[in-house]
Amino acid sequence: MKELSKRIIEGDVRSASHLIRNIEDQMPGTDDVMRELFTVKKDTHVIGFTGSPGAGKSTLTDGLITAYRKLDKTIGVLAVDPSSPFSGGAILGDRIRMVQHATDRKVFMRSLSARGSAGGLSKAAGEAVQIMEAMGKDRILVETCGVGQQEVDIIDHAHTVVVVLVPGMGDEVQTIKAGIMEIADIFVINKANRDGAQKLYREISAMLASSPSNKEAPERRWKVPIVMVENLNDHDKFQQSVETLREKLDEHYEYLIKNHLLANKAQHKIEAELKEALWSRIFQPVVDKLYADGEMEQMIDRLVKKETDPYTLADKIAKEYLDK
Amino acid sequence: MNRKIRILLAKPGLDGHDRGVKVLARCFRDAGFEVIYTGCHQTPEEIALTAIQEDVDVVGLSCLSGAHNALFPAVVKDLKQNGAEDIVVFGGGIIPEKDMPSLHKAGIQAIFTPGTPMQATVDWLNEHITPRD
Amino acid sequence: MFNKDTLEQSGALRRKWEDAVKETVSKHADQKKDWTTISNLPIKRVYGPEDMKEMDFEKDSGYPGQYPFLRGNQPTGYRGRNWTFRMFSGMGTAAETNKRWKYLLTTGQTGLSAAFDMPTLMGYDTDSPKAMGECGRCGVAIDTIEDFQELVEGIPLGKISTSMTINPPATVLWAMYCACAEQQGVPLTKISGTIQNDMLKEFIAQKTFLCPPEPSVKLISDTIEFGTKYVPKWNTVSISGYHIREAGSNAVQELAFTLRDGIEYVEDVIRRKGLDVDEFAPRLSFFFDAHIDFFEEICKLRAARRMWARIMKERFHAKNPRSLWMRFHTQTAGCSLTAQQPYNNVVRTAVEALSAVLGGTQSLHTNSLDEVLCLPSEQAVQIALRTQQIIAEETGVTNTIDPLGGSYFIETLTNEMEEKAWEYIHKIDDMGGMIPAIEKGFPQMEISDASYRFQQQIDDKEKTMIGVNRYKDEKEKTAVPILEIDETVEETQLKKLADVKRRRDNRKVQSCLQDLKSACKTGKNVMPFCIEAVKNKVSVQEICDVYRDVYGEYRDPGIY
Repeated sequence: MKELSKRIIEGDVRSASHLIRNIEDQMPGTDDVMRELFTVKKDTHVIGFTGSPGAGKSTLTDGLITAYRKLDKTIGVLAVDPSSPFSGGAILGDRIRMVQHATDRKVFMRSLSARGSAGGLSKAAGEAVQIMEAMGKDRILVETCGVGQQEVDIIDHAHTVVVVLVPGMGDEVQTIKAGIMEIADIFVINKANRDGAQKLYREISAMLASSPSNKEAPERRWKVPIVMVENLNDHDKFQQSVETLREKLDEHYEYLIKNHLLANKAQHKIEAELKEALWSRIFQPVVDKLYADGEMEQMIDRLVKKETDPYTLADKIAKEYLDK
Repeated sequence: MNRKIRILLAKPGLDGHDRGVKVLARCFRDAGFEVIYTGCHQTPEEIALTAIQEDVDVVGLSCLSGAHNALFPAVVKDLKQNGAEDIVVFGGGIIPEKDMPSLHKAGIQAIFTPGTPMQATVDWLNEHITPRD
Repeated sequence: MFNKDTLEQSGALRRKWEDAVKETVSKHADQKKDWTTISNLPIKRVYGPEDMKEMDFEKDSGYPGQYPFLRGNQPTGYRGRNWTFRMFSGMGTAAETNKRWKYLLTTGQTGLSAAFDMPTLMGYDTDSPKAMGECGRCGVAIDTIEDFQELVEGIPLGKISTSMTINPPATVLWAMYCACAEQQGVPLTKISGTIQNDMLKEFIAQKTFLCPPEPSVKLISDTIEFGTKYVPKWNTVSISGYHIREAGSNAVQELAFTLRDGIEYVEDVIRRKGLDVDEFAPRLSFFFDAHIDFFEEICKLRAARRMWARIMKERFHAKNPRSLWMRFHTQTAGCSLTAQQPYNNVVRTAVEALSAVLGGTQSLHTNSLDEVLCLPSEQAVQIALRTQQIIAEETGVTNTIDPLGGSYFIETLTNEMEEKAWEYIHKIDDMGGMIPAIEKGFPQMEISDASYRFQQQIDDKEKTMIGVNRYKDEKEKTAVPILEIDETVEETQLKKLADVKRRRDNRKVQSCLQDLKSACKTGKNVMPFCIEAVKNKVSVQEICDVYRDVYGEYRDPGIY
């Protein structure tokens, strides 16, 4: 086994964080390490958080870290922030809300930039999860804003998906549109002391009741809970509701184990990982080559002039590569 | 391959004058860097451990309260103690010239005082920071 | 404001003038295309009667001392009394600051103003690990009442007014002041001064905080109530735009956010304490920045006075004319000063001070030329103070009240700034008030945008800072003498604190803290409990830890 893999398995934060960065930056040579880490046996509960910006996901994550640390669980956190479409740079500020855990050596927090539409975010996030799993983290919390397909894809890497909503932010309509309702294992209504919390609760309940997606037998069915998280200004009350959320998360994990669904989830996870591996090996090199050869520019030029259409061009390129 | 400079911007100590550091955060973002910003009131240890967890190449410290002589070197020391002495540290704020030699000696590689154009800081970073392999 | 004939005449002359301009510009172009204030408000080439034709003299202006107080609160202006020359100071130990204060009183300063060090401002004692390296750095260090007693030693608290720049632990420091006055034999009804005590601007701008916004406002309402009942000559809150501006806002944002903060406090006191607005509104005071854009600042101050009068009358139905007065302190803009060619700062400060005076300030601090480099030296402070004295006694600007009133330009810009500020205020009303707006990060984000834009304009030389982006002196070496802070301050202070903690009655300390804690939990006014606690030598941090424990600790959300 490689020295680097060993260090990561032993929990070395710096090596792990740097490997994540090499993956983000698409540096060569990461696959060899990932191959080794993939075979490490894992017993990690991976939890995904999604919801619109300003929904209070980071504060919630912060509270959950506190709750898990009381039980002496080791924690990995991945926080995904959007990047600037103009420069590709980013300001990653999610960990500000988790500063109280900054010196806790059992908590490893890592920020990821969405890197615009360049793609690869989900791959990087997925592999970052695997790295944290290999480090032996008991819980991994993945936080992402629920906008854009890339962010939704990240959720494929989680065993349990928490959708965070806030009353009075137009969340109701937005989430239904985004199709996020279907992926939620747990709903959190955050800032539930605000006006409209009860209304939002009723709306979600109604939607869950009429949801056709659950075809399991009643005794095997997971009843999606709605957790109200109150008043961020009242610390004790806040931490109490986070405890409730923590219990629900544990219940969901047990439910997955008891019903042998973890394997399903794992399959789903692995399927996503495989798809991303394929993507990086098939699609990405093709696109890279088109750019490198200047062919992309030529094609765009022709399209602008309406000399041809994207479908014809794509067919031609696909034929060229797939026939090889 | 798409290497980006990763930088942690932090305010050690108790002062909350974050105008400068926030302007720089935006400026660095617009220069294509990935900026981790951790807000005001950080301890040197928090800053060092964050730098390691985030695998940054460089840490920028801002202090306007006059406590830089104690706080800046403490960050360098904490990085070293945690095996990350290769992370570059620079600083900015109201820092009298007479303090600069001792800060340089303590491992603060550059100090930017009020009036420095934003681009000068970006140029310095581009010139002095090479992300490690 | 003008009759039809005047407007017709003026219209005809304006058209002639416009033709002349066109011709001149075609031969000789203007120096630049856009002419704007430092806040990017567009300014016209010239203003005339048609610009202020909508203005109503009675409704919108009046004479000094008349609603809406556009032209000043006092019918006699500065003829009756100059503004208070109040220089902010504090450094090192209490004994050193006391010495500086006594010196300032001999130089003609008419009010004291205390700056505290960062640990005191944030509610930590010198022995906290968080206080490392900060003791006495940017103000005086106060841990217990013994430090405070040294600070005011030999200063007649019944005669001099003192302003204390203190926010989250304002209750504690004010309690110390009250206790010291008692010890001097001065009744609380006789002491006067100001505590800044404005937490909303801390969340928005300066980031000195302890507890979340809601309980922070509660503590402020406690002080307002206590002041109203027992310390009637004290200004219990100084609603501050200064820090908002220094954090990078523009002038309109400073105006709007400050007034909206004021509204929030008034609403809270009425709701929580059940006081009538006229009982406490006369003691509310304000604090603005005087930045370098001369006319814009004058207009901002005039607009502020008029808007507050309107808010008090129309929104809160105040009846006492004193409730309608906006009384404010002004400080020249620290952020306009440059470390490069620091002597130029004397000129900047003079221009800014003049704008504050023409805007009708009641009290003024002029920055020292070295403030961007270090704490001010004695000589630098003297020049700054002399600047005010020259304005007051040599220039003749105090001869007449509101000398710029009626200027087409000044009145028009005043109106425009007011209009833009109302837009912000209404927006924040729609968000449910300042606290929800802060939770959303709205004012923080607006300020971040403005400060980034300004910095870009400086970098691109669209705006000028002499010595920084124009007329640079490449060979320059800092030539001003730098004030050294004694490195032994921290050690001295630590010893002193340890000594007090050993000597005091620690059982009594615990019982005071218990009493304070239950007062916090039951929503009682904390002030009597604070006074009792500080008398028993409970420290600043010990009291603040009770607040942190009961109300929770607020951490910087770092909105960029």
